[in-house]
Amino acid sequence: MATPIEQRGYAHPDALVSTDWVEQHLDDPGVRLIESNEDTLLYASGHVPGAVHVDWTSDLNDQLRRDYITRAGFEALMSKIGATKDTTIVFYGDKNNWWACYAFWVFQLFGHTKAKVMDGGRVKWLKEGRATSRDVPSHSKTQYSSAERNDPPIRAFREDVLTHLKKQGQLVDVRSPEEYAGTRMHMPDYPNEGALRGGHIPGAKSVPWAKAINPDDGTFKSADELKKLYCEDNKLSPAGDTIAYCRIGERSSHTWFALKYLLGFTNVRNYDGSWTEWGNLVNVPIEK
Amino acid sequence: MPEKLQQLIDMFQMFDPADRTSMLLSYADQFKEVPPSIATRPFPTSHQVPQCESDAYVWARKQPDGTLQLYFAVENPSGVSAKALAAILDRTLSGLPAPDIATVDCGIVEQIFRQNISMGKGMGLMAMVNAVQALAKAASNPAR
Repeated sequence: MATPIEQRGYAHPDALVSTDWVEQHLDDPGVRLIESNEDTLLYASGHVPGAVHVDWTSDLNDQLRRDYITRAGFEALMSKIGATKDTTIVFYGDKNNWWACYAFWVFQLFGHTKAKVMDGGRVKWLKEGRATSRDVPSHSKTQYSSAERNDPPIRAFREDVLTHLKKQGQLVDVRSPEEYAGTRMHMPDYPNEGALRGGHIPGAKSVPWAKAINPDDGTFKSADELKKLYCEDNKLSPAGDTIAYCRIGERSSHTWFALKYLLGFTNVRNYDGSWTEWGNLVNVPIEK
Repeated sequence: MPEKLQQLIDMFQMFDPADRTSMLLSYADQFKEVPPSIATRPFPTSHQVPQCESDAYVWARKQPDGTLQLYFAVENPSGVSAKALAAILDRTLSGLPAPDIATVDCGIVEQIFRQNISMGKGMGLMAMVNAVQALAKAASNPAR
């Protein structure tokens, strides 16, 4: 019998797991839960029992250059959390899994495809009254041998975006409508992180990331609802090359996940330079 | 800077990141919500902290001895940082004369939270301090 997630018609339903599934696998040694949040205090305040914390700034980003960790850094991270190539990593977090999807995306740069997202994230787990713990689990270190980071399939750099523009490829701007229109230079209630110009990349469709979510419980909308949002209302084709962007590539990781795994877009990349890069570049096209 | 708050900031400066996280959680656990004698739900929006995604509220009541007592509510169950800051402000500022509280600057947020401050949270937490400062300034005005 199909699970409730399978009944939603996703292209790759195995990329999502329910809170029930996670609860049933809390003691499964082949599963490692990773909590990734924007608020760094949340994990310490109580997490899914057995979950480890992966912080997007200190664990996933290079601490000097604006880039992600290297192969050696990823191997060290996986060793630290006790993961092997066969470990199924399940990501969850605050903000409707916004940071969980970001971590998931970074893990895919290194080809750890045994990865899933817990539908609904932290909020759903708590709303359902499930157990939490403040105990930080200790896992035996592993020897994890990673492939080199492989950016091109799922990550776009500015030159890729410029080439994509010339080919009139599909672009999705997942920021707020005000950021898209250039009337606001940052997210509502967030600081301005220094883009000199407002607006959007020419031709980008405006589809704020949270539209993919059911606001009540943070779960992803059904495939039919997502198809209507992305393919019908915004005329995006699953067969077309697609680049998603936001401010630094975190919100667009969430949209990248929805397009690639839930709707089956065949070639979708995340432009993590996003508006903090594009809005500062000299002589690149911008629309308002 | 009020002495108790300065002492607390000095203590936080000595902590490593893990200790700072533990201490912030400890304060969050000590958070006490505004009593019904001061305010009940739905809390008036006039006391809501703008820009705070944790849906925080602040009140200040002048005591017979002329000092101020601060009260807070944090409606977002995930508002751990807001609860920690509220508990810190209550612990270090309540019971002081309003003009003393009015000297507190929102820069204390960075000094206390350091690596535990996230992009969105920083704005909201600084807005909490600004709200406390505004109430203290208003209470410092003898015309009121």
